[in-house]
Amino acid sequence: METLTTFLNSFLPEGLTTLIIILLKIIAILLPLILAVAYTTFAERKIIGYMQVRMGPNRVGPKGWLQPIADTVKLMFKEIISPTKASTVVFIIAPMLALAPALAVWSIIPFWDGGVLADVNAGLLLVLAITSLDVFGVILAGWASNSKYAILSSLRVGAQVVAYEIAMGFALVGVLMAAGSLNLTEIVRAQEGGITNWFVWPLIGLFLVYFISGVAETNRAPFDVAEGESEIVAGFHVEYSGMAFALFFLAEYAMMILISTLTALLFWGGWLSPFGHALDNVPVLGTILGDGFHWLFIKALFFLFCYLWFRATFPRYRYDQIMRLGWKVLIPVTLVWIFGEGVAIALGWKPWL
Amino acid sequence: MFRSISHFIKSFTLFDLLQGLSVTGKFLFKPKVTIQYPEQKTPLSPRFRGHHALRRYPNGQERCIACKLCEAVCPALAIDIELEERPDGTRRTTKYDIDFFKCIYCGFCEEACPVDAIVETHIFEYCFENREGTTITKEELLAFGDKHEAEIAKRKAADAPYR
Repeated sequence: METLTTFLNSFLPEGLTTLIIILLKIIAILLPLILAVAYTTFAERKIIGYMQVRMGPNRVGPKGWLQPIADTVKLMFKEIISPTKASTVVFIIAPMLALAPALAVWSIIPFWDGGVLADVNAGLLLVLAITSLDVFGVILAGWASNSKYAILSSLRVGAQVVAYEIAMGFALVGVLMAAGSLNLTEIVRAQEGGITNWFVWPLIGLFLVYFISGVAETNRAPFDVAEGESEIVAGFHVEYSGMAFALFFLAEYAMMILISTLTALLFWGGWLSPFGHALDNVPVLGTILGDGFHWLFIKALFFLFCYLWFRATFPRYRYDQIMRLGWKVLIPVTLVWIFGEGVAIALGWKPWL
Repeated sequence: MFRSISHFIKSFTLFDLLQGLSVTGKFLFKPKVTIQYPEQKTPLSPRFRGHHALRRYPNGQERCIACKLCEAVCPALAIDIELEERPDGTRRTTKYDIDFFKCIYCGFCEEACPVDAIVETHIFEYCFENREGTTITKEELLAFGDKHEAEIAKRKAADAPYR
């Protein structure tokens, strides 16, 4: 990185160099992310297929590995149809509005110690703010479509996100109380020292609440009333086709990966090795068993797998049950947990010394 | 009282959910039942009803005697027969058309045939590429029967004891 900077500085003004470096970093983050999204869709079809005792896609390319590419190519060549009396501008902006926040949050995700695009001090707040923006795309899409199903879906999403955003926020409050910082890198560093020091053990309730609300936030099964194929066709994206639809898809899966990564960072020690530094000096294996990006990758992958696992297992919640779970179960649980945590911190109990 | 406490504990330890997850988790590793169709195929019954064929006797003579029983029994009115008297005095068809778009593959024609001339074979992998080609003529049916005679005879023999 330094050599590239000095090389570019030799013939470019400093501001331009910084811009180019940042752009390169953004590409380095987004390109693998979009590939990951493509292959998450493939993994989803494969894993859910396997859980239903069938094969899943296995025809395009060796073992079906090119399936997501084929899907993308198909979607790119399809026509984007805007319904009559749809509000065209909003209709076209909505999918971008759904995708942009899902990608923007990745700027503050630390992949390893120091491996972060923007080391924002109030990182956790930024995460909350931007992930909340994500729902606007969905709401506007439903509203602009001039379709009854779509508007119903928008209403559902609105109510659902309001309910689960609060539980999610409270769960994050628990994390920041334990870590004493809003910076994501600092939060991971606070969990240093092996698997026993990870926040998931003292905050197990908050972890569950966070992950459940994360699933609800991304409108995934069993909280996918927004799509609700059996009730409202496809919800907010009934009227979308081609690449506009693909953007919603991209946004949904980018959010899934984001929530999985955040869960790994906030509760499961991010890039930290479960062995702490005990095995750092083991020859050859030391770099693998020590801290590093691969641990974050494995953890995030596990939570991503959980998303697909849930989808294969649980039937969709009824709308009123979703509201009940959000308002009457998750929020009280987080409140009680935060209160207990606050008392423990005030009294100086372990593990919040 | 005990019930509500146990319900409380159960719902907060996510007991039922974990139970459900363990079921799907187990199925993830079970052998898959999918048949990879073009490469793998399921066994067919000898009575399977697919593409039609007209058979011949071993000496090469057509079996069909143009009795029109199949035409009469056909519920979809898919069969169309015209006949003549040959110079040797036999009664034979000049036209034996089956409209495959009308045919419902019920197998009544095969049941009705007194000489086992019209049969439905095990061949089900065929298609039509234009609307004109959907009516199969006598020549095509006979050619089809000649081509698959060995397999047809085998399947007939396998089913014979149960008829």
